[in-house]
Amino acid sequence: MRPQALPSRRPAFRFNLVGWVSLAIILFWALAAIAAPAFAPHGVGDMVDDDYFGPISWALPLGSDYLGRDMLSRIIYGTRYTVGISLAAVLIACTTGVVLGMTAATAGGWLDTVLSRGLDALSSIPSKLFGLVVVAAVGSSIPVLIMTLAVIYMPGAYRFARALAVNVSTMDFVTAARIRGEGTRYLIGAEILPNIIGPVFADIGLRFVFIVLLLSGLSFLGLGVQPPNADWGALVRENIGGLPFGAPAVMAPSLAIASLTISVNLLIDNLPRKIRDRSA
Amino acid sequence: MHPTLWLMLGHRLLIALLTLVVVSLVVFMATEVLPGDVAQILLGQAATPEAVAGLRTAMHLDDPAFLRFLRWFGGLVTGDLGTSYANNLPITTLIGGRLVSSLKLAGATALFSVPVALTLGITAAMLRGSVYDRAVTVATITVISVPEFMVATSGVLIFAVWLQWLPALSFSRDVQSFGELLRVYAMPVMTLSFVISAQMIRMTRAAVLEALGTPYVEMALLKGASRSRMVLRHALPNAIGPVVNAVALSLSYLLGGVIIVETIFNYPGIAKLMVDAVATRDLPLIQSCAMIFCFVYLLLITTADMVAIISNPKLR
Repeated sequence: MRPQALPSRRPAFRFNLVGWVSLAIILFWALAAIAAPAFAPHGVGDMVDDDYFGPISWALPLGSDYLGRDMLSRIIYGTRYTVGISLAAVLIACTTGVVLGMTAATAGGWLDTVLSRGLDALSSIPSKLFGLVVVAAVGSSIPVLIMTLAVIYMPGAYRFARALAVNVSTMDFVTAARIRGEGTRYLIGAEILPNIIGPVFADIGLRFVFIVLLLSGLSFLGLGVQPPNADWGALVRENIGGLPFGAPAVMAPSLAIASLTISVNLLIDNLPRKIRDRSA
Repeated sequence: MHPTLWLMLGHRLLIALLTLVVVSLVVFMATEVLPGDVAQILLGQAATPEAVAGLRTAMHLDDPAFLRFLRWFGGLVTGDLGTSYANNLPITTLIGGRLVSSLKLAGATALFSVPVALTLGITAAMLRGSVYDRAVTVATITVISVPEFMVATSGVLIFAVWLQWLPALSFSRDVQSFGELLRVYAMPVMTLSFVISAQMIRMTRAAVLEALGTPYVEMALLKGASRSRMVLRHALPNAIGPVVNAVALSLSYLLGGVIIVETIFNYPGIAKLMVDAVATRDLPLIQSCAMIFCFVYLLLITTADMVAIISNPKLR
């Protein structure tokens, strides 16, 4: 990671070097999630090493885990859970949050008050705690995880979209549309959404990072993705016994998480202001 | 003091109390109304339907959910937290000592991290744009972007495995000397400090930068005040409100961190108790722990808001 990147000279490419590197890392993990079997050198459950917590070698680039399975393959297969669950959760959270936020901002009145107060209360439950309580109540499965993560991060998306939409909804063209007699659905779809879509996409990216971190945290506590499946957080949990030996199996999944979250953060940071703020 | 100030503070306090009621409702619903028959779980698979029905009646499980909520909430307010399913002990007994341990951990973390974070945040803002400022910014973004357990495992790897200065994952309860106490607390406190300092540094830096951008600070600069006088005498006193706000908000991140840190270092605190309770599906214990966490969280957030209100000079 370089703190300072050279600005590109060509006006057509407003991405700088950090932006490109981040994008490449994100695309790499996306590809790994889609085509895991093609990427992974070994099967996800194959025991390929006689030794457990094996060191880094040519045959096993990230060493082996507590049962002698190839760590690289386990991480590549784990991408599906980490990225897949987080992506599904962030899409549900942001879609509902943004739609409700725009509706509240346009409609105003009691609907706005009730929604804002209710969601404020929901967001005053610490996120990890909320996850713990739900998992304790209904047990952990992938749909439950997706819905829980979506509910936890929806109030934030709501508040963000509402703040943006309130600014837009006082503009003249929205007033004009209102006077024309357009309904709320048209107002939010055709007048407001196109004017806030850039920041909303940036917000989706940031929220994706939060969700990846929370999901990994829950899995690390043994409350997220359940064995025999393993996402990156669960991989750290099952190999934590290798920590006193300094096994690569402990740090490798953590580094995978860090590479993804830092890349998304940096990509958003380096998006040209023009794209971030421009209407679509 | 301005009467509007009291009005705003009272309003904020009222919202906090209302939120606490709503939160308790959510915690109650999540654990009580969702599927899973408690009586069946307690008695196991082999129980006869009659035994299950008997237990349900004894535990008032057949009452309407609203009535059970009122009973539970009433107990909560009067300090009667109920009885644990797993070992039939009063929850107050189970939580008491654990809560003190967790507060010790949190207190040590706050004592250590607040001065360090404030110093780093303020100096970074003073030297804005310098290599030092950029290094601090990159470091804080990195810490914020990685999971807490990675900070913890990295710490163990460096200080316990490679350097062998500190004990690794085990937490011994029989501490003999002050030196040993320091060694035992070092890893958990350091991990937690890292996690919350990153937030605190960022927010402090932003608050001081905003104060430095005001016209009166520019005036001080034009009058020829030195850089340190400009920051310490003119900018900081006016940034104290936002900075205290930032500290209180950052301390609320302790709650998330403490769950991971107590688990990874096997620290006998309340978060570990709750994670264990989740494993045994001990619902009353989970509810009580959750309410304690939410209460502390709301306390910190409300304090942050109130400080922000009080520090507004227009209301003085």
